[in-house]
Amino acid sequence: MDHHPMNWGRPRNDMADPYGTYPIPQRPMNTQTFEDSVQHTQQPIVTGASVLAIKYANGVMLAADNLASYGSLARFKDVKRVIQVGSSTIVGASGDMSDFQYLQRELDELVIDEITHSDGHNLGAKEIHEYLSNLLYARRSKINPLWNSLLVGGCSPEGKRFLAYVDLLGTTYSASTLATGYGAYIAQPLLRKAVEGREDTLTEAEAVKILEDSLKVLYYRDARSLNKYQIAKVTAQGVEISDSKSQDTTWGFAEGIRGYGAQTQ
Amino acid sequence: MFRNTYDSDNTVFSPQGRLHQVEYALEAVKQGSAAVGLVSKTHAILLALKRSAGELASYQQKMFRIDDHVGIAIAGLTSDARVLSNFMRQQAMSSRMVFNRPVPVNRLVGAIADKAQVNTQEYGRRPYGVGFLVIGEDKSGPHLYEFSPSGNSYEYYAMSIGARSQSAKTYLEKHYEEFPDCSLDDLIRHGLHALRETLQQDKELNIKNTSIGIVGPASPNEKNAPATGAFRMLDGDAVDVFVQTMIPKDTADAPAPATAAAGDDGDVQMEG
Amino acid sequence: MSDTVTLAGPQQRQFNPYSDNGGTILAVAGANFSVIAGDTRQSEGYNIQTRYAPKVFRLTDKAVLAVNGFAADGNMFVKKVKQRLEWYRHAHSKDMPLRSIARLIQSMLYGRRFFPYYVYNILGGIEEDGSGAVYSFDPVGSYERETCRAAGAAQSLVQPFLDNQIYFKNQVAAPGTSHPSHLPLSDVLALVIDSFTSATERHIEVGDGLEIFIVLARGAPIHGLEAIQGIQEMTSNAEGERVFIVRRVLKYD
Repeated sequence: MDHHPMNWGRPRNDMADPYGTYPIPQRPMNTQTFEDSVQHTQQPIVTGASVLAIKYANGVMLAADNLASYGSLARFKDVKRVIQVGSSTIVGASGDMSDFQYLQRELDELVIDEITHSDGHNLGAKEIHEYLSNLLYARRSKINPLWNSLLVGGCSPEGKRFLAYVDLLGTTYSASTLATGYGAYIAQPLLRKAVEGREDTLTEAEAVKILEDSLKVLYYRDARSLNKYQIAKVTAQGVEISDSKSQDTTWGFAEGIRGYGAQTQ
Repeated sequence: MFRNTYDSDNTVFSPQGRLHQVEYALEAVKQGSAAVGLVSKTHAILLALKRSAGELASYQQKMFRIDDHVGIAIAGLTSDARVLSNFMRQQAMSSRMVFNRPVPVNRLVGAIADKAQVNTQEYGRRPYGVGFLVIGEDKSGPHLYEFSPSGNSYEYYAMSIGARSQSAKTYLEKHYEEFPDCSLDDLIRHGLHALRETLQQDKELNIKNTSIGIVGPASPNEKNAPATGAFRMLDGDAVDVFVQTMIPKDTADAPAPATAAAGDDGDVQMEG
Repeated sequence: MSDTVTLAGPQQRQFNPYSDNGGTILAVAGANFSVIAGDTRQSEGYNIQTRYAPKVFRLTDKAVLAVNGFAADGNMFVKKVKQRLEWYRHAHSKDMPLRSIARLIQSMLYGRRFFPYYVYNILGGIEEDGSGAVYSFDPVGSYERETCRAAGAAQSLVQPFLDNQIYFKNQVAAPGTSHPSHLPLSDVLALVIDSFTSATERHIEVGDGLEIFIVLARGAPIHGLEAIQGIQEMTSNAEGERVFIVRRVLKYD
């Protein structure tokens, strides 16, 4: 008797394999039984919003809040959307959080493979970004995308900075300020005004201020954002990702807005 | 039919703990004409002696470009070398495609060594009949590696493989301490002197039988060298200027020509 | 809003694997040179993604490829062409001739006939007979050799201008004279720069920066080129064709 679930409800073929000796990976019957039921991601489910990043004098700084939304529901409020990859790279993600967690595991494996060579060569931000672009482009080409927009920041031990974007289509670009999601509309103009032409002189404190100001604007304007965020930096010395923090906000003005405060008329 | 009892199958150890087929493969490398490699702080170079099947024939190809930053010189079966160099080119291209990074030279050599090892262990296979000298430049500077059919690979300051390569090695061992600070021209001259040691009594290095491979900044004596210092092969007229710089043997402080190593140095059509 | 959706019946949401990243490219062939240019803005909708994303690439000393359309496809396509050219170098110890690169590009594009690279290619360079050449392609590989071609967001603005100024369309030569079949390099460079400054004025997806590649045939005079400010030579072999690049600023707005 063949007890394998793949063959339930099928006619037995005792002539071919009377004792069911096949190992599981080589079932005799069609292994594509559930093919029609396999679905590809057609929309993100649990999503992260904007990620912001800028170049500054010492390296690259990146910011993202801790919210993962389920539609309009603020579902998870302690999610880390910025990760360290290797010794000199940070990656920030918006879009589908489960796809991002999958990417994290892929990157972890990649970095471990690289470390085990232990030959002095390692993957910098440029290499990580190229790998991610290939991965995301290959998945979009299978019409099975990883639903993310990613910012990759890095700084080599020699102080060479790197900042680039890649998204679910495999589209890539590089600039001294980058923003994903609503940040591309709301924060990017602010970042460009504050950073362009001053990439080599901005101090760390100034860079933090620029990002925090932009995060605050986003928090006021983007309904899928949270006043709890992390700032990550990567310099020639390595990576630092801050603990979660928040800023003071003022909502007193809201009372005067019709439809927002307590007015009935 | 067999020289030894444990000859026929490379996966079987002899009672002395040796794999005879692997050792015969190493002999195939020694049948090929010699190749020499040297490294300085700034350059890695290869020099190889090309054979001709006869007066009417062209000279064999002893060097292959793998990528902008890697090149090899071969001794042994040229056809095996083409299979392996093709694999190395694929690895180099894949590294550029996936990571936009020139493949680290040690990993490239490790990859072919792993391939060669499989052939010393699996039933029904034969070892590669070719040895490489691999030069390349990566983040950690210029490198020289030797690859052999046994699946071994080592890094060297200077090395030679192929027929009568022991004579070249003797020269290199005498002079290797000078190499790190050598200019490219001096390094090439040392290389030519070492390669000369592998010649038969009545032969000499000329523009027809000498190939030079270089990784690193150009010499003033090179024409059309890439500004990037990428790997390039010099043949024919391009090697003339370097052959001219050689110091005639009787006046050179080179050791007296070593007597020919064991084994004949006759031209074997199949080997490289 | 949501009401209208439900009234419209079931809706199918489908992932769209393409995007349009704007920008414009053009190329002009001279008698013994070729000019290939493109702006450096990359955009999506009304967003400028970056002000510097090159669309024009040196393939060999005698071939330059400009790529416009969906940037991810474009970059991947250029990468694959470059690797094919590298294999050709391994096999033949020389660069692939321009007309062969053109045919290679056609087969690579047509190979994806049923999931095309959403990319308009223009290939410029020098043929083996030393003449300047431009090949233009559609996304699935249909191609022809031309004297000039514009493609991309501002194609409809630039091509008529080139038709008039390079092919002398709608111009009548003075009695007893005829229009030249090839323009000198200085005239072509002026036309290229004018094309892009005009396209920048009239099209929101064009601007930020301009990269102009100039390929000179073996032994062609370089008169005038050395005087151009900021010109850089990218030639790898001093004895063959020569490649130069000129970078210009275009308006940011």
